[in-house]
Amino acid sequence: MTAITDMPDLPRAARRPQIGNPVLRWLRTNLFSSIPNGILTVVLLAVLTKGVVSFVQWGIANAVWFAPANDSSACKAARGLGACWAVIPEKYRFILFGTYPFDEQWRPALSVVLFIALFFLSTRRALWRRELAYLWIGALALISVLMWGGVFGLSFVSQDRWGGLPVTLILATFGLAFGFPLGILVALGRRSKLPAIRSLSVLYVELIRGVPLVSLLFMASVMFPLFMPSGFNIDKLLRAQIAIILFAGAYLAEVIRGGLQAVPRGQYEAADALGLSYWRKHRLVVLPQAIRHVIPPLVNTFIAFFKDTSLVLIIGIFDLLTTAKTAIIDPAWQQFSVEVYIFVAAIYFVFCFAMSRYSRSLEATSAR
Amino acid sequence: MTSDDPRPPPRRSFFGALGPNELKGLFWQVLVVGIAVAVIVFLWSNTVTNLSARRITTGFAFLGREAGMPIADSLLAYNPKDSYLWAFVVGVANTLRVAVIGIVLATIFGTLIGISRLSANWLLSRFAAVYVEVLRDIPLLLQLLFWYVLMQALPAARAAWRPVEGVFLSNRGLILPAIPVGSPQLWVLGAAVLGCAAFFVIQRWLVAQQIRDGKPRPAWPFALGLIVVLPVAVSLLLGVSWTIEWPELRGFNFVGGLTLAPEYFALLIALVTYTSAFIAEIVRSGIQSVPRGQWDAASALGLRRSFMLRQIILPQALRVIVPPMTSQYLNLTKNSSLAVAIGYQDVVSVANTTLNQTGQAIEAISLIMAVFLTISLGISFFMNWFNARIALAER
Repeated sequence: MTAITDMPDLPRAARRPQIGNPVLRWLRTNLFSSIPNGILTVVLLAVLTKGVVSFVQWGIANAVWFAPANDSSACKAARGLGACWAVIPEKYRFILFGTYPFDEQWRPALSVVLFIALFFLSTRRALWRRELAYLWIGALALISVLMWGGVFGLSFVSQDRWGGLPVTLILATFGLAFGFPLGILVALGRRSKLPAIRSLSVLYVELIRGVPLVSLLFMASVMFPLFMPSGFNIDKLLRAQIAIILFAGAYLAEVIRGGLQAVPRGQYEAADALGLSYWRKHRLVVLPQAIRHVIPPLVNTFIAFFKDTSLVLIIGIFDLLTTAKTAIIDPAWQQFSVEVYIFVAAIYFVFCFAMSRYSRSLEATSAR
Repeated sequence: MTSDDPRPPPRRSFFGALGPNELKGLFWQVLVVGIAVAVIVFLWSNTVTNLSARRITTGFAFLGREAGMPIADSLLAYNPKDSYLWAFVVGVANTLRVAVIGIVLATIFGTLIGISRLSANWLLSRFAAVYVEVLRDIPLLLQLLFWYVLMQALPAARAAWRPVEGVFLSNRGLILPAIPVGSPQLWVLGAAVLGCAAFFVIQRWLVAQQIRDGKPRPAWPFALGLIVVLPVAVSLLLGVSWTIEWPELRGFNFVGGLTLAPEYFALLIALVTYTSAFIAEIVRSGIQSVPRGQWDAASALGLRRSFMLRQIILPQALRVIVPPMTSQYLNLTKNSSLAVAIGYQDVVSVANTTLNQTGQAIEAISLIMAVFLTISLGISFFMNWFNARIALAER
């Protein structure tokens, strides 16, 4: 096996002369290079055309785009033939912001914009400096003020009225912001030479990764009140947030551990030779290199959390998916859940797709 | 785990000369363990007080009581008069039923999509790319709810869709023709499994012989004899009948055949399509990780394409594929717990109902965790064994 890998790469066959119409040439090489390939193309083309045509008929041509408020008769007439997109203008405020006071919904909207700006700035390589951490702290504080209110003349809104997209973004972002330092500590603990700390870290990571997030959320919603002294109770959203932070910490710890393993031994030895303490060695020498190695998998982990926050539906927290599911309880619009789910799926898709594109561009630049 | 540490192991100095570093290490360990123990004691004492205040007796005695919950769709026989323990076992069986079939289907489907992404056919590779990108970027729970809504929107049993003769798709789920399996059929299946195992052993022996003297020995007569002729012979000897049971509509429901309930079917579709998108990416990167020189060298040796794939490319690709595949299998198993959102009664769903009926939160959640930890460990052990088997034997 190994003997063959040492063979030099053979020169590729000389390119055929480029003759004929370029379109036909492209078709021949990419779609009809052989008889089975040609048959496959024709069959696929037929199936895809049929699918696209029926989707266009349902989703665009026969769709009902607008309907008078709270009147779904036009949609019901078109049922089975066309989509009822009219349900979106009817319900979008509830889907996006849940039961947040209607007149104050500019606040969660502004928070969403702030979140997106924060994510965008964090992707700029030129801004990867200490100041970015302060920016995060400032932005998250500003978002808290906007959402809660109670100061600067903003009316107070308790968090059981929060809902929709801001809740999804809060759960995911705070999960990462707190899970990341936790993950660094646990990753260091898992590589520590102190047996007690190492086994505690291993126990934590394996326990969390071995069970589904649903069971951690159940724990947060049902068992947490039992764990606390009687009379002391914290909000359900915060409990779910704690569960997500603990969950994120375990997964991020494994990603960061991969990065720590990739730092060459000489770096540790050089830091030791300089007489740096354990913490200074990691802060100044090891961690910056380790984290740089694992930024693409970190982004992928973040995409996974962003999607996993939707699981809070199971314990009844109003995130984007729960508000969507609740919006269609309304008997007038009950039959049009597919349209609402497609709308929400599009929102999730935009966020995740942007992140996965970004992760891929990072991989491309780091591979160079 | 110690091997991760790049520094040389410290000198063993137990009670002897405790240097300043050892003292510092000891201090940190005592501190961290102390905090951990203090937190656990604090939580534990709170829990004990809270439980006694609510008059909940801890312990697993409740498992013997009558469950009284209905489980509509189960692999094992169950009725609401059975105990909680049996309800749990039925729940675990339901989890395994969706996880095992899901893993098999997701592997097949994901591999096909992954190979399609590398196809020379532009249309096919674009289609596979779009499939992967769309399914990966939408939360699984949303996809699950979507499939479930679609299932419920299907026509009633009387107007069921019949894509193929004997297959019905309606809001009662998917109904397929089935072959009833009793003990005579099991004998034949057993003979087939035995034949496969014997063939596997003989093939290894043939290869060992060929390595020794270089003479190729055909394996196909053994394959034919052990995998085809043996089960057929057993079937004929025992006179086993293989009649297919066709489902038919009687009144408002179907009789006969194999029924996949809408909840189960929706969960299976969601898990398989979602996981197959991830598996496709793993398979693609695995195949791409095999250097071009390997393909060229194999064709230069004049190997047939199927032999080349099987003996040269696949073994090398598998080394890259297996570790991430293991975590996808674990993910699929853990994700099957989303069943609770659509009311398929897997172990999480059963535990949740138990918790609501009895208030035994700690016990119910520990049972869920114990079940999943066991399944996760089982899959990890199997995949680690498989991974060690295919790992590169370096000099």
